[in-house]
Amino acid sequence: MAANQMRGKVVTITSGKGGVGKTTTTANLGVALARLDQKVVVVDTDIGLRNLDVIMGLENRIVYDLVDVVEGRSKLKQALIKHKQLPELYLIPAAQTRDKTAVSPQDMIQITNELRKEFDFIILDSPAGIERGFRNALAPADEVLIVTNPEVSAVRDADRIIGLIEAQNKGPAKLILNRVKMDMVKRGEMLSPTDVTDILAIKLIGIIPEDELVVSASNNGIPVTLNETSKAGMAYRNIARRLMGESVPFMPLESNTGFFQRLAKLFTGD
Amino acid sequence: MRDGLVAIKGVKDGLLVSLNESEDWQRVINDLAARIDEQSSFFAGAKISVDIGTRPVPKYALSSLKALLERRNLMLSVIISDSDTTLEAAQALDLRTAIATEKPGQPQPTDTINPEEDGSPGVLIRRTLRSGRIIRSAGHVIVLGDVNPGAEIIAHGDVIVWGVLRGSVHAGAEGDTGAIVCALEMTPMQLRIAGVAAQLPNPKRRTPAPEIARLEQAQVVIISWNR
Ligand SMILES: Nc1ncnc2c1ncn2[C@@H]1O[C@H](COP(=O)(O)OP(=O)(O)OP(=O)(O)O)[C@@H](O)[C@H]1O
Ligand SMILES: [Mg+2]
Repeated sequence: MAANQMRGKVVTITSGKGGVGKTTTTANLGVALARLDQKVVVVDTDIGLRNLDVIMGLENRIVYDLVDVVEGRSKLKQALIKHKQLPELYLIPAAQTRDKTAVSPQDMIQITNELRKEFDFIILDSPAGIERGFRNALAPADEVLIVTNPEVSAVRDADRIIGLIEAQNKGPAKLILNRVKMDMVKRGEMLSPTDVTDILAIKLIGIIPEDELVVSASNNGIPVTLNETSKAGMAYRNIARRLMGESVPFMPLESNTGFFQRLAKLFTGD
Repeated sequence: MRDGLVAIKGVKDGLLVSLNESEDWQRVINDLAARIDEQSSFFAGAKISVDIGTRPVPKYALSSLKALLERRNLMLSVIISDSDTTLEAAQALDLRTAIATEKPGQPQPTDTINPEEDGSPGVLIRRTLRSGRIIRSAGHVIVLGDVNPGAEIIAHGDVIVWGVLRGSVHAGAEGDTGAIVCALEMTPMQLRIAGVAAQLPNPKRRTPAPEIARLEQAQVVIISWNR
């Protein structure tokens, strides 16, 4: 179809449950892809609860937002905010309005079709839940990444979302398991990646360890993947390379366990 | 079984009545009526399949057989025959029909010819049931895939999961105590048969092998498939 002739790929980051790390993931994948010389725009579709701009450190540069574009107050180009260090990275912020119906799935398809002409990757940060905002972010998606935590309730919600995505023929989605504490997994106190993929039955595209640096990085508006020493940052860089079609071996979140050998088969492209 | 005038046996969802092929039709029918009246409690409310064999039975005769059963509150559900005349007559009366497959002298058709084969109602779902999906069926439910936590199946009949059962299942939900649940791996969140809840083992103790659950003495027992 027409969309596929254009160059950009729309990647939607969603989860079902709130607070599992969608916005963190969007910001970090945006940064990591831009550092791989991709032209990237990250779009905050969480109308009324915008925070991608904060995590990216671009809060004070906002003039126009997504709703301004939809309602014709601004041209698409005017709403694109350029990242401070990475010239190939842009943000379209969400509106602060309370009207969550200000944007429709059709609007999102139109806007992303415009963006596809300019960008290699268009990353959509979806709000929690299964309502309008989720449908907005899903409608134009070429690829869907589900973020979840190794927690029963988060996995349950992810499962539900995967069902909805399958029903819309947007699958198969891929999985990012965030906030994994390997020591707890080993003690059997946390769901392991295999426990989660057994239930969700979709391919893993990344495992992000729990990492304090994520929080401080987000507070400072400098996504953690810019920090070379962070394990979470490294995990995000690996996902970015996998998104570009590279087959990247899983990362040893902890040294020398046979466990990670078994993980290899859970990953896509292996 | 064909030496008497009428042979009667229980099949899955009713009674199979086999009528003698060569004796006088009216004698056979009178005998059937007498048998029903003698044992009315045995027949009460049953669905009746009648195997007429090779005898050609005209429409008026079949119609009076139907009326005879209806007067006794019995439902004539299927006419089994291999006479075209009889089958046509049955169809003209809007009765369901089946062709007898037995050869003369061979054993009576068993459960292979009865409404069960003509189609017991059910749904086949060829995908994993994910959280939030609820399946309700007045018949059986067969899932080719897993039933995940947060998914639920409520079936009046059996539930068969060709995959891992992790969600909730109620088989025989309208009270069929003969209903079963089986799965390649049985770790349900909740399992009920005809309203009786199963005591479930700790889900951590997985048995990655097929198991079947059924009611025994009003308790749900879960046993290995190849017992
Ligand atoms: N790998 C990690 N290690 C430690 N903290 C993390 C990690 N990932 C995310 N967090 C923290 O978890 C919190 C929630 O993250 P984030 O805002 O990205 O979630 P979200 O899914 O976008 O939430 P919402 O549903 O509200 O939009 C933040 O405080 C973030 O810093
Ligand atoms: Mg968010």
